[in-house]
Amino acid sequence: MSELAWIFVSALLVNNFTLSYFLGLCPFFGVSSRLDTAFRLGLANVFVLVITSLAAWALETFVLLHAPYLRLISFIVVIASTVQFVEMVIRKLSPALFRALGIFLPLITTNCAILALALFQTSRGYGLLQGLVFAVGAGLGLTLALVLMAGLREEARLSDIPAMVRGTAMNLLIAGILSLAFMGFAGLFSGTG
Amino acid sequence: MSLPVQDPHTAYAELIKGLWRENPVFVQVLGMCPALAVTNTAVNGLAMGGATLFVLVMSSLLVSSLRRLIPKAVRISTYILIIATFVTVADYVLQALSPAVHRELGAFISLIVVNCIILGRQEAFASKNRVLPAIADAAGMGGGFTLALVILGGAREVLGKGALFGLPLFGESFEPWVVMILPPGGFLMLGAILLVFSYVAEARKRLAARLDQEAAE
Repeated sequence: MSELAWIFVSALLVNNFTLSYFLGLCPFFGVSSRLDTAFRLGLANVFVLVITSLAAWALETFVLLHAPYLRLISFIVVIASTVQFVEMVIRKLSPALFRALGIFLPLITTNCAILALALFQTSRGYGLLQGLVFAVGAGLGLTLALVLMAGLREEARLSDIPAMVRGTAMNLLIAGILSLAFMGFAGLFSGTG
Repeated sequence: MSLPVQDPHTAYAELIKGLWRENPVFVQVLGMCPALAVTNTAVNGLAMGGATLFVLVMSSLLVSSLRRLIPKAVRISTYILIIATFVTVADYVLQALSPAVHRELGAFISLIVVNCIILGRQEAFASKNRVLPAIADAAGMGGGFTLALVILGGAREVLGKGALFGLPLFGESFEPWVVMILPPGGFLMLGAILLVFSYVAEARKRLAARLDQEAAE
């Protein structure tokens, strides 16, 4: 049980996908100008990551044993089509949920965080349950980073910052400081081994 | 002449624009995940840039040659399949050539597939142009990406390790600024470089405005 907890906290804080692996930076900088949008994008990410984890586990267990060199291609194709399929199911079953998350789903599918989750899960040899915990932790980690970034950017809009610095340079510096702060979590587990 | 005449100036222009004026990392700010994740040393930046350059040129070659055969409705999936094939090739080649670098770059070589620069060039350029300009464009963009990665990786390595391409620069007494080779350093260094770029752009704009004003007087 403690191993699962470690996987979760590690993906959420210590090895945060955005702030220490630089994954999913496009939405991190692109969709983080408003807090509520950022939060919903984060939740859509959790959703896609869970599907990805299931799909990658199934592929790895039942198909790729015989053809490891097809891993990358099959991951991409299967993940993209599964997300599309689930999107259609949600649109049918729950239009409200679809309106909240739907527009982000196609955007997320080509996000590097998604493919990275599948690859990390495979290379670390996680099973089904470990994979799911990893996916939820990583997704919540992405959400946390997005929400923090959006909040900081909303504040920054009101403060007196030279026009020259505004834009990507400022966002990168903010991200750098956030990333520094998250490095503080690195010692979280060293004591307990 | 029976051969299709290709104006060398256009191909040359396509090659040059990606290197600096439309540099994918510094100007368009695309492909940031690999640009920041692996650039803690100049060598890693070079390996990542080289792999991306290879995938970009080969995919552009194939997409441009097949542009009349690929149906419009499924073009994106076709591009992704083509790109993924070449990334798999690059992954295995790098593993054979330099296992150490391959280990250090890890999953990020595979993640070249989702680098938006590559898909972007297929959609915006290779699918609409002849083979030669498409290759020139791909080589320019890939070269610009490599250049940016080596600059980023080099700057981080000099500050964070006191070395460049693995060669120590400053001797024993140098106290490395370790945070530069850790993740925050990537964000801070790219932020600082972009800051310099926007400062130069601003200074140029002011200079042009002043010259205009003087000319008007």
